Amino acid sequence: MKVRIKYTKSELLKFIGHLDVMRYFQKAVKRAGFDIAYSQGFSPHQLMSFAAPLALGVTSEGEYFDAEFHSVVSSDEFVRRFNEQMAAGMEVKAARLLPDDAKNSMSIVAASDYLITIRDEVPADVKERFLTYVPHLLELDTIEVLKKTKKNEKIEDIKLGIYKVSVESYVSARELAGDPVGETSSIANQYVDDIYANDKLYMLLATGSEYNLKPELIVQAICKEIGYEYNRFDYRIHRLETYMRNEKEQLVSLLETGTVIE
Amino acid sequence: MNHLALSDEILMEIEKPARYIGNEVNMVKKDLKDVDIRFCMCFPDVYEIGMSHLGIQILYDMFNRMDGVYCERVYSPWPDLDKIMREKQIPLFALETQDPIKNFDFLGITLQYEMCYTNVLQILDLSGIPIWSKDRTMDDPIVIGGGPCSYNPEPIADFFDAFYMGEGETRYEELFEVYRKMRADGSSREEILHAFSKVPGIYVPSMYEPSYNEDGTLASFDPIYEDVPRTITKEIVLDFDKAPYPEKPLVPYIKVTQDRVTLEIMRGCIRGCRFCQAGMIYRPTRQKNVETLKKYAYEMLHSSGHEEITLSSLSSSDYECLKDLTYFLIDDIGNDDVNISLPSLRIDSFALDVMKKVQDVKKSSLTFAPEAGTQRLRDVINKGLTEEVILRGSMEAFKGGWNKVKFYFMLGLPTETMEDAEGIPQLCEKVAEAYYTIPKEERNGKIKITASSSYFVPKPFTPFQWAPMLDPETYIERAHHVKDTFREQLNAKSMKYQYHDTYVSVLEGVLARGDRKLCNVLYDVYQAGGIFDAWTEFFDNDRWLQAFEKNGIVKEFYTTRERSVDELLPWDFIDIGVTKRFLIQEWERARQGIVTPNCREKCSGCGAAKFGGGVCFEGKN
Repeated sequence: MKVRIKYTKSELLKFIGHLDVMRYFQKAVKRAGFDIAYSQGFSPHQLMSFAAPLALGVTSEGEYFDAEFHSVVSSDEFVRRFNEQMAAGMEVKAARLLPDDAKNSMSIVAASDYLITIRDEVPADVKERFLTYVPHLLELDTIEVLKKTKKNEKIEDIKLGIYKVSVESYVSARELAGDPVGETSSIANQYVDDIYANDKLYMLLATGSEYNLKPELIVQAICKEIGYEYNRFDYRIHRLETYMRNEKEQLVSLLETGTVIE
Repeated sequence: MNHLALSDEILMEIEKPARYIGNEVNMVKKDLKDVDIRFCMCFPDVYEIGMSHLGIQILYDMFNRMDGVYCERVYSPWPDLDKIMREKQIPLFALETQDPIKNFDFLGITLQYEMCYTNVLQILDLSGIPIWSKDRTMDDPIVIGGGPCSYNPEPIADFFDAFYMGEGETRYEELFEVYRKMRADGSSREEILHAFSKVPGIYVPSMYEPSYNEDGTLASFDPIYEDVPRTITKEIVLDFDKAPYPEKPLVPYIKVTQDRVTLEIMRGCIRGCRFCQAGMIYRPTRQKNVETLKKYAYEMLHSSGHEEITLSSLSSSDYECLKDLTYFLIDDIGNDDVNISLPSLRIDSFALDVMKKVQDVKKSSLTFAPEAGTQRLRDVINKGLTEEVILRGSMEAFKGGWNKVKFYFMLGLPTETMEDAEGIPQLCEKVAEAYYTIPKEERNGKIKITASSSYFVPKPFTPFQWAPMLDPETYIERAHHVKDTFREQLNAKSMKYQYHDTYVSVLEGVLARGDRKLCNVLYDVYQAGGIFDAWTEFFDNDRWLQAFEKNGIVKEFYTTRERSVDELLPWDFIDIGVTKRFLIQEWERARQGIVTPNCREKCSGCGAAKFGGGVCFEGKN
C-alpha cells in the first residue's frame, strides 16, 4: 500500500541536503516502527520516492515522499508517530493512501510556489523598487537569464516557466497555495518574522522533470531590471507547496490524489 | 527559533554545513538553568570521523545522565571553515547550544592517534583558549585529555591541564565534585589542578618536573609537591557488564564512517601480540554478558533507526558467547531491514557459516592479519597465526565459493630480515597455489589477493617500547624489495601489494615515544599552518622537519635509537597494571623467538590481575 507523506523543513534543518533527508526519513520510519516494504536483492532498501529535491538553504512547508507499506495505520496515527520521531525543524503534516495505480510523486511534480523574503541587508529604497517592479515582470516579452549547469552556461528565456508572480504577505501567500493559515495558528512563525507584512515576493514556477525553474533565477531577473546587484544571501527562500496537474490540467497539491486513512 | 553560530552565508559557502549545526536525533538538550557544569567533549578530527567514535558516545551518554552536568560536542572545523573562522574571528562553538567553547567549565579531548595533535592546538586556538596550559586563567575551561595516546602524554603535556588515565567511566563524578566545591570557595586554577592531581587516575602535567641527562634521555621525573602522587594508576571499569552504555545513540544526518549501531562486546585482549599497545593498556580482558548485549541490540536499533549493526572489540573471536550472539543477531534481528556487519573473525567453519549468511560470497573477502611473513618473525611478535592455519582456513573458504583474500602485514618489525620480508609474497603465493588445487568447476574463477604492509611504529607499554624503529631508507628499500618479489611469483597477476606512506609513520614514531621537549615542535608546526596532519592532502613533512631543526630536535633520538631497559622512559610514571618486569621479560622472549601463551591458555603473571577482575579471575570465583 502506497502512502504519500507531506512534511516541512525549517530554518534549523535547511542545511541538510536532499540525500541526507532521505536517509533521515528511512531511519525515522524504523524508529516509528512502521511496516515499510523493502526492495528485493542482496542489499534491500526501503521503497520510498521523494518528490522535488529542495535546494540547500531553502525552507519548505510543502515537501513530499511516497512510501510502500505492507500494512498501514490511520492518517492521524502516521502523523503522530512520525512526529514523535522528528528532530526539531521537521514536522510531518499529512498522510494519504494512494490508489494502486498512482504514479510516484517524483514523476508527477509540475510546479511549486515560493515566498521570498527580502532581508534587511537590502536598502529600503531598493526593496521598494524591487516590490514595485514585481507586477511588471510578466509584461516583458522575454525574461532572459544566465542559466548555469555543471558543464556550461547559457542565456535562456524563462518566461514560460513562470506561472505567477505577485507581492504578498505570508498569510495571503498561504491562501494562494491553497493552505490558508488557520485562525488558531500562532502569530510567531518559524519561516517569516511578520506573517501579515505585505512585502514578500510570491511566485509559482514550473518544477519537475519536464521543466524546472529555480526561484533565484526570477529574483536575479528582477534585480537586473531594476539595476541592483544580485546577492543570493539577501533573500530568504521558502517553498509553500508542491503541485501536480489533475485530469483538467489544473495545478493541484500533491495531496489531492489519495484518501485520508480513517 | 534556535540560533546557529554560523550565518547562512558561511554555511552555504562551506562543504557539508550539516557538520556544524547539531540538532541530530537523540541529541541531549538541557535547560542551562539546571546545569552547573558544562563539559564539551572533543574529537579532534572532522565530524564524520569523530561521530563514528564509540568512546565519545559512551561518555556523552554517561555525563548527560549526571544531574547538573551538560555534555556537548565539538569536532575539528574542516580547513574551509577554519579559514573563515580566523578571518571573521568567530569563536569555536559546541554543537548542542552553539555556544562558544570558551564559556565551558571543561574541554575534554580524546586522543586516538598521534597525527591529530596539531588539530588539538587548532581547537584551543579557535576557541580563544591559550594554547599553553600555563597561560590559562579561571576564565578558560579546564582542558583534559584522554584516550590511548594519553598513555604517553608527554609530547602534548604542556597544552593540557590534566589527563585522565584509563577508562572514563569511573572518576569523573569525583572530579566534578572537587571542581564544584573549589570553584564555590574561590580557589585558584592552580589550587584546583593541584587537587585534581590527587584524584586517582588524574595526571596533571604542571605538577611534575622532568630533568634530562646530557644525552637527552630523561634523568628524573618528579612531582613538585610532596602530596602529588609519583605514580598514576590507570582507571578501569571492573563491573563492565553494568557500565553505562548509550542506548540512545546520536544519529547524524550526514553519512559518517560508522553509520550503524555498535555493540561493544569485550574490552581488552587475551592475545598479547608484542607490537600491540591496545592489547596491553586495556588489560585485563572483560566481557559483556550476552543477554545484556541482546537487549542493547534491540533497544539501540529501535532508538536510532539504523539499518546495520556491528560488534566492537579487539578480537571478537575470543568473545566466549560469540556464537550465541551472532546467531541471535542473524536469526532474531537480521532480516530485510537490518544488516549484520561482522568484524573480521578467525576463519573457521563457524566464521564461514555466518559470513555466508550475512554477506554476498561473490563480493566479500577473507581477511588475515599474519602481520609478518615468516613463522620465525610471527613468533617474535607473538602472533599465534600459523601458515597451516591460514592455508586450512583459506581452503575451506575457497571450497565455499570465496575467491578474494586480504592480508595485513607490517614491515620493520624487530629482528626482521630480508628473508622475513620476502616471506610476505611467498605466503601469498602459497595461498594462491592452494586455490588452484581445487578443480576448476568447484572454484569461483580467478583468485584475487590483496596484501598491504604498514611501517611498524614501536609504542609505549608494549614489549617493543625499547626497540629501534626501522630507518625510513631501509623501510623503503625493503618495501620495494617486497614489491619486486611479488612480481616474481607464479601467480603475480592475481596479487596486489601496497605499502604505507613512510614519513607520516616516522612522525608517529617520534610522537609515540616522545617527551616534553616535543611540545615546542608541535607548537611551531601548528603556527606554520599544520592542521589535519592525519590527512594526506594536508600533511606537509617539511613543516615538521623545519620545526625539528628550529628546536634542535633530532628525530632519530626518538625513532631509530635502541633504548636500554634501564632507561627512564617518559611514560614510566604511569602504571597500567602490566608491569615493566613483564614487558622486559616479553622483550627478552621476543628476541629469542619464544611464544607466550594467551591469557586463557595460561596466565603469564603480567600484573593486570591486581585490578581484581576480568579474565584473570575467570572460573576462579
